[in-house]
Amino acid sequence: MGKKILMKGNEAIGEAAIRAGCLNYFAYPITPQSEVAEYLVKRMPEVGGVFVQGESEVAVGYMIFGASGAGARVFTTSSSPGVSLMSEAISYIAGAQCPAVFVNIIRGGPGLGGILPSQGDYFQATKGGGHGDYHMLVMAPASVQEAVEMVMLAFPLAEKYRNPVMILGDGLIGQMMEPVEFPDDLRTEPTNKDSWATSGMKSRGSTERNLVKSLYLDPTQLNDHNLNLKAKYDQMKAEEVRYEPYNTDGDYKILIVSFGTMSRVCRTAIDFLKEEGIEVGMIRPQTVFPFPDAPIRDAAVKESCKAVISIEMNMGQMVEDVERCLKGQRPVHWYGKCGGDVPTPEEIMEVIKERL
Amino acid sequence: MAKTFKKPEALSDAHTHYCPGCTHGVIHRLVAEAIDELGLRDMTVGIAPVGCAVLAYNYFTCDFQEAAHGRAPAMATGIKRVRPDLIVFTYQGDGDLASIGMGEIIHAANRGEKFTAIFVNNAVYGMTGGQMAPTTMPGQRTTTSPAGRDILDTGMPIRMAELLSTLKTPSYIARQAVLRPKYITKAKKAIKKAFQYQMENRCFTFVEVVSTCPTNWGMSPLESLEWAEKTLLPYYPLGEFKTPEQEEQDAA
Amino acid sequence: MQHEVMFAGFGGQGILSIGKILAHAAMESGYEVAWVPSYGPEMRGGTAYCLVVISDRPIGSPIIKNPKHLIAMNLPSLKKFAPVVKPNGVVLINSSLAPERSGRDDVDEIRVPVSDIAKDLGSIRAANIVALGSFVARSKILDFESIREAVKEEFRNKEKLIPLEMEALDRGKAEALK
Repeated sequence: MGKKILMKGNEAIGEAAIRAGCLNYFAYPITPQSEVAEYLVKRMPEVGGVFVQGESEVAVGYMIFGASGAGARVFTTSSSPGVSLMSEAISYIAGAQCPAVFVNIIRGGPGLGGILPSQGDYFQATKGGGHGDYHMLVMAPASVQEAVEMVMLAFPLAEKYRNPVMILGDGLIGQMMEPVEFPDDLRTEPTNKDSWATSGMKSRGSTERNLVKSLYLDPTQLNDHNLNLKAKYDQMKAEEVRYEPYNTDGDYKILIVSFGTMSRVCRTAIDFLKEEGIEVGMIRPQTVFPFPDAPIRDAAVKESCKAVISIEMNMGQMVEDVERCLKGQRPVHWYGKCGGDVPTPEEIMEVIKERL
Repeated sequence: MAKTFKKPEALSDAHTHYCPGCTHGVIHRLVAEAIDELGLRDMTVGIAPVGCAVLAYNYFTCDFQEAAHGRAPAMATGIKRVRPDLIVFTYQGDGDLASIGMGEIIHAANRGEKFTAIFVNNAVYGMTGGQMAPTTMPGQRTTTSPAGRDILDTGMPIRMAELLSTLKTPSYIARQAVLRPKYITKAKKAIKKAFQYQMENRCFTFVEVVSTCPTNWGMSPLESLEWAEKTLLPYYPLGEFKTPEQEEQDAA
Repeated sequence: MQHEVMFAGFGGQGILSIGKILAHAAMESGYEVAWVPSYGPEMRGGTAYCLVVISDRPIGSPIIKNPKHLIAMNLPSLKKFAPVVKPNGVVLINSSLAPERSGRDDVDEIRVPVSDIAKDLGSIRAANIVALGSFVARSKILDFESIREAVKEEFRNKEKLIPLEMEALDRGKAEALK
């Protein structure tokens, strides 16, 4: 680990990609994440990297697809409306099994919505914003440091699964400055892509050409292709679930499930309640796809636990996953707010007390 | 016996799915010949469109990527930016390039992306069954202009070569045709030139090829060649609209 | 221990910058810190504010409705934020631009004409640093030397300004301890 430096989330995300060995960035400006591009336009030339400002998020999605298909490590950053436009390309990239990293610094929606922090794109990120049967592997950081670590982890994971990986942050993660340390041990070399990437036969020393595509007109072939994709998503569920328990050792009556910025507010509320003698536990999903089904179920069915509350900066999206994994074993409630008015710890304490 | 006529190495032995009389096969061949003659096959990446040529990757033997509808220029940008040593070309039809992909082609051209776009203009959507394209002629009947294209309602056909040649950055913009041997020879020359300019690391190169669609025009192959010559060529004049040599001369 | 400091004023007064300097000094002093800006249309010519959280343990919510301290560089920000400051915090008012009081008797209110002092020093742009010097000296939130170091670091690329900025810090400190 290097020295601690104070960095804005957006800039730290850009730097983390470079430290992870990704030297190709294509993007289109949108609040609240334009600082990534403003940072990388200076930084990429220093490391011999590629920076392209595309004409739209639609085009950027396909620049990412083309570059990834040719074998390069590549990423982009955007915010909600921009990610909607990229979702077409993300579907193609998942279908063509190319690795790529997308960062969504979520702002409020729907439509133009607002520019303040939100978690309204949970469904889009975890259930597929584009068409067809596909999933991204989605990680949700709760601090600038964690955003850095997740970005660095995203590239090898994208290559392991030949699948798009998304970092799901929010306006606060992007705009906030916190101390960060860049871990050296997460720097990885890109994997060998000679078996599939369109890197030119000559440069990979092959007489076989490679084809990057998502078209399967034969129904049997397309079904087989989808089964192959499903096998990858199942493998992610088995191998890539990440979560953090908080205050789950004691006899808590309420279990909170919360991710990203919202989970930090919940953590403070849990600390305050503890001072009042009220025990509340929390599971914070770090991956929202794959979702930590078993850890949440195990924590919720503890005898002391009477109810589960999913607390989100949206109108109730993750709560559906919480209900799904609890299968009715505990009552599941939801609390949330939109528009960028992030609930305070005091509000969360009230919500919890109402359920006691 | 010595072979005097053979398939270019850059073309596969697969039978194409194109309709009888379709000129895609000719254009594929011209592109493949240019690639062969310049010795580029093992360092070329092609990008297939959505449209009749969606399966073009089955007929070429170089690396290929398949794009979403209209997005080939963005994909070519991605490939060429991360691998400037590769030769990259897109192969797009009129719906793909001049309608849904208008934004991508203009901006790639304007940024001077160093790939070659082959634009097949046959004035109709082929794959989806003969709907009106941005290049459909006034009065031309299609399934979505059954009484003939009404220009008061849909505007005039878009001349892509002229439109793109208003941009400063592209290095080579040409329009040729594949309607008779005399045109085909010129089309071949233009396509080869475009690849050569790309090899010289010059900015964006573009060859529009006026083509036919007997099936969706409801004509025999011969009639369609005659109709194209009589109707399309006066509106879509052939020639070079922009060359590096001309630019240099103008600058001097 | 946790301190939340709200910096507020007009865009262009160096509000975000002094927040950053304080956060940087706190980090170098071994604390956990978070710096949260206002962003978006609010950045365009209107009011600017940022919040710095300094703590001796990991910072939970960086969203603070009731900060402990306030540095109000103009009248609108004094009116907006003075009512929400927690009791016993420092409320520093730029009396050059905000000729009013906080209206609170449960805070440590301190009025410093930071803009006039900065003009006096030869650069109105140093007003934010005067305010920072006053605030740190009065709140004793950090060791004063750590702020001097953080200011030097911030002006690393404009080295010829450093003597002026040091003077601004010291003038602010002197005012606060009057």
